[in-house]
Amino acid sequence: MNTTLAKYFDELRGTRVWRSVFRGGTGSSTLHNSMAIQQNVFLHLLSTKVRKRMLEFNATWYLGTLTLGTFGILTITGILLMLYYHPSAPQAYADTKDLQFVVSSGQFLRNLHRWSAHAMVFLVFAHMFRVFYRGAYRPPREFNWVIGVVLLLITLLLSYTGYLLPWDQLAFWAITVGSNIASAVPVVGGKVRFLMLGGHFVNANALLRFYVLHCMILPLVALLFVAIHFWRIRKDGGLYARHSEPDVVMTTAPARPPL
Amino acid sequence: MAEEKKDRIQTAANSGLDRREFFVRMGLGSLGIAAAGTAAFGYQFLSPNVLYEPSPVVNMGRPESYQLDSVTLDVDARIFVVHGNEGFFALNAVCTHLGCLTAWKPEIDTIACPCHGSKFTREGVKKEGPAPKPLPWLRMWLSEDGELMVDRSNEIPPSQFVRV
Repeated sequence: MNTTLAKYFDELRGTRVWRSVFRGGTGSSTLHNSMAIQQNVFLHLLSTKVRKRMLEFNATWYLGTLTLGTFGILTITGILLMLYYHPSAPQAYADTKDLQFVVSSGQFLRNLHRWSAHAMVFLVFAHMFRVFYRGAYRPPREFNWVIGVVLLLITLLLSYTGYLLPWDQLAFWAITVGSNIASAVPVVGGKVRFLMLGGHFVNANALLRFYVLHCMILPLVALLFVAIHFWRIRKDGGLYARHSEPDVVMTTAPARPPL
Repeated sequence: MAEEKKDRIQTAANSGLDRREFFVRMGLGSLGIAAAGTAAFGYQFLSPNVLYEPSPVVNMGRPESYQLDSVTLDVDARIFVVHGNEGFFALNAVCTHLGCLTAWKPEIDTIACPCHGSKFTREGVKKEGPAPKPLPWLRMWLSEDGELMVDRSNEIPPSQFVRV
């Protein structure tokens, strides 16, 4: 049965339509295998070749991938929620309630969006702890650690901007407090708050600005940095695995005398 | 002709600026000006010129409607109107810590912030909590119709009362 399926799949891979989409062609040589990845826009961010010991199971595996997974869930559920949400005061609150009580599966989507957001923040921290305690921030990966810190900030900003959108009391006062914290920045603080809110109070302008930041600007910036993050993993020699590399890669002198 | 050109090139070389360098500088300068212009444009675009926010001047009604020895919060205007023995005064009810709306607690004779626990006297002086400053006094006056007016954008030093 399996052989038959494999035969059909091989035939499919040989068809003209398939070849027009995937240009690597049929075959199972190492070259073909690597080309299948290198010539795929989605897989090209990943390593062409992965060491076997890096695929060995351990308890904290895939935290970065899971973070990307929650980002994917948030993108899909977020786009669906946008179909019923007007970023205008006071309509936004009514839309949120409609999503909960009127729209089919609206409650589910809203909860999925919210819980995925919580999960993403948790996973980002867990991922960073793992990277830190495994020493995977050390050269040559130090720049990717910095990219990761930027991604942490973007994640927190996405959470913060999303907090205002339900336009309820919690949202209003949380953003009032948060924007006042921003105004504590020396010299430019008040101006930063004014630009952030588009006014002196949390009102319709602030709601619209946070909406655009939450749904458009921050996700696009996040996507850009995620792409750089993954690309750097390849360039820096793949994921870090214990015992797969010397303790410190870039030293001026050998850590121990050669045997 | 060739001599003249050679001289020009020589002069340019002496001044440390040949044609290529000149155009590079022109290009970079133009980009710099464009970047500065973009920054100025961005800043101006993001700063609203017209705000549809409530007027800072609010009418708080007839003085008789406030009992002697009372502290009244107007939630919409976000101010306290205090009527004491010395007269009337207005306090900004927005906490000086992080901008939450404070509330009057008559049972403990205190203005309290629900967010982080700052407490103030009815004169706005901080009693406890993280608030860095007292609640500001706001300019208050009587309109020609004899109604109490408050300018929320105009903070005044404490202990200036309106006597009716």
